[in-house]
Amino acid sequence: MLALKDLSCERDNRLLFEGLSVTFGAGDIWHIDGPNGVGKTSLLRQITGVSRYHGGELRWRGRDVAECRYEFAQSLVYIGHTPGIKKALSARENLHHYCPAADTSALEGALAELGLYGFEDVPCFRLSAGQLRRVALARLALASEPFWVLDEPFTALDVHAIAALEQRLSAHAARGGCVVLTSHQPVNLPVQRLALGDYSVVPA
Amino acid sequence: MNWQWFHRLGSPRWFYEKTGRWLPWLATLTAVLMSVGLIWGLAFAPVDFKQGNSFRIIYIHVPVSFLALAGYYIMAISGAVGYIWKMKLADMVMKSAAPIGAALTFLALVSGAIWGKPTWGTYWVWDARITSMLVLFFLYLGIMALQVSFTNQQQAASASTILALVGCANIPIIYKSVDIWNTLHQPATIKFTSAPSMHPDMFYPLLVMIVAMYCFYALVLILFTRAEIVNRERQTRWVQALNEGQ
Amino acid sequence: MSVGLAQAMGLQFTQDWKLAVRSRSDWANPMIFFVLVITLLPLGIGPEVKQLAAIAPGMIWIVALLATLLSLDAMFRSDWDDGSLEQMLISPHPLPMLVLSKIAVHWLVTGLPLTLLSPLLGLMLSLPEAGYLPLIVSLFIGSACLSFIGAIGAALTVALRQGGLLISLIIMPFYVPVLIFGASAAMRAVQGFEYHGLLVMLGGFLALAVAGAPFAVAAALRISSEG
Repeated sequence: MLALKDLSCERDNRLLFEGLSVTFGAGDIWHIDGPNGVGKTSLLRQITGVSRYHGGELRWRGRDVAECRYEFAQSLVYIGHTPGIKKALSARENLHHYCPAADTSALEGALAELGLYGFEDVPCFRLSAGQLRRVALARLALASEPFWVLDEPFTALDVHAIAALEQRLSAHAARGGCVVLTSHQPVNLPVQRLALGDYSVVPA
Repeated sequence: MNWQWFHRLGSPRWFYEKTGRWLPWLATLTAVLMSVGLIWGLAFAPVDFKQGNSFRIIYIHVPVSFLALAGYYIMAISGAVGYIWKMKLADMVMKSAAPIGAALTFLALVSGAIWGKPTWGTYWVWDARITSMLVLFFLYLGIMALQVSFTNQQQAASASTILALVGCANIPIIYKSVDIWNTLHQPATIKFTSAPSMHPDMFYPLLVMIVAMYCFYALVLILFTRAEIVNRERQTRWVQALNEGQ
Repeated sequence: MSVGLAQAMGLQFTQDWKLAVRSRSDWANPMIFFVLVITLLPLGIGPEVKQLAAIAPGMIWIVALLATLLSLDAMFRSDWDDGSLEQMLISPHPLPMLVLSKIAVHWLVTGLPLTLLSPLLGLMLSLPEAGYLPLIVSLFIGSACLSFIGAIGAALTVALRQGGLLISLIIMPFYVPVLIFGASAAMRAVQGFEYHGLLVMLGGFLALAVAGAPFAVAAALRISSEG
């Protein structure tokens, strides 16, 4: 789906990585790994287009991303380290903002899947860090976009939520979607590892 | 079309070496023009029959005011070049142009005030031109304040470029508004002695001074940019070689 | 999830509107500030009716301008902190249009309340009767200009921690034309002159600001999120 060609990232005159070439294909789950400060989040920001200054090329389905931003953005879900959840709004309102096409039962189902049954209309400032992350991740149950980019999705989640999320990700890959995620914890999925820092690509 | 010159222009090192050879010539030209203009204007131009000798401050005030405004556009254009073509040299020129422009604007304000004392009997009058100049001074200060707030040089350059471009679009509006504001409030009896009716013997030295001021501006801008280049590229081999050579 | 541009703008508008209504400080604080400063005025220069009336239009305009400036920093701050801004940046829809929705909400919760409050302040400063209508109309149009122009400053400084004062510094010079035409309209009406031309000019400024500012804001937001 998305091919990185000779990608490089420079920050404050310091080279974080360079010569990064890898292809995220349909059905893949990629685990981007590496020590702190190696540029994992910077890489995700470049992939998603939050940051547009980079060396090298990004090709979406064979075309330069700069030429097909609309198509690319329509196929992308990005849940960053700060996932864009408004604390003053309820879980339902937050989810509706990102998935306006989903009806009430679909929204409630998505929230219930991650154990947020009964919390739909509670303002998010009453929720814990783990619950907030679940509100953000509930989007995935409703997402029809094929390309998911997740920054540390497992942080602050309990065992049940991790299991539910892993199931969601493998189902997405099985349907021909693609997931790129970072995580400091080991991921219990058939992933391909991309280790930043030594640029090695470790197949599953 | 051959774009090589354009890319070479983007190389700070090329700029540094090239301007190093131009500098003595430019400095000489500036010194000659400025001495000719000043001596001609201050000693030989005829005395103004209304203002006496005090009018002679225009040989400083007018060229400086010219460059204060032109400098803003020079700054914005070089910023735009850097922003669009990701040219670091243009960013450095822009960063250097801001304090020079601010200094010129300040000088224009001060020389205007000094001129105002014998002409109007007071240092400060809310005249349209002076007020516009004051606003321009604040525009420069805003650019400089934004520039230093960012730790990331790329961001600093891009952000201040956006601000400078918004400024470019707004300066004509601001000037015109201040003009209208001035007529609305019908300023007291004071009126600027205007340039068009100027005697040629007064006007030619002024022309020389304006050209001299442009050269001076170019000279200072190049010097500032060179300092910026050496500062930013101090890690590179060629700058370190430069240090060892001296 | 495919959504049309109009719907995307609507969603942005609804979300911002809900947030603004629920956080009382967003819309209440500028208004309180507005009334407070005008209250200080007679305490500072004396309660003489004639003197107050003379400076009323200009003073109300300047304080409205300051109140708007104080509210600008919040425009993109929470979006920056909670990651909503990143979501806007990667949206398939043009960023300037989403920004337009946000600025519209900002005006609805700051500029419009200030406009509605201005007759009361005119009363406190014994503004002559002829001044009320032009004051309200000029603030109605002018405060929208202030929101649009101010958004550029908010977007340029959103990545910086010391946003507030810096916004005022870089944006205030751009407020000069709006202030001149807004305050002069009311001033001239009080003096019995024709003032419609000035309001038309304000309308022209607003048209320019609506057309241009969202693009500058979008560029500024992209710059702020690099790095």
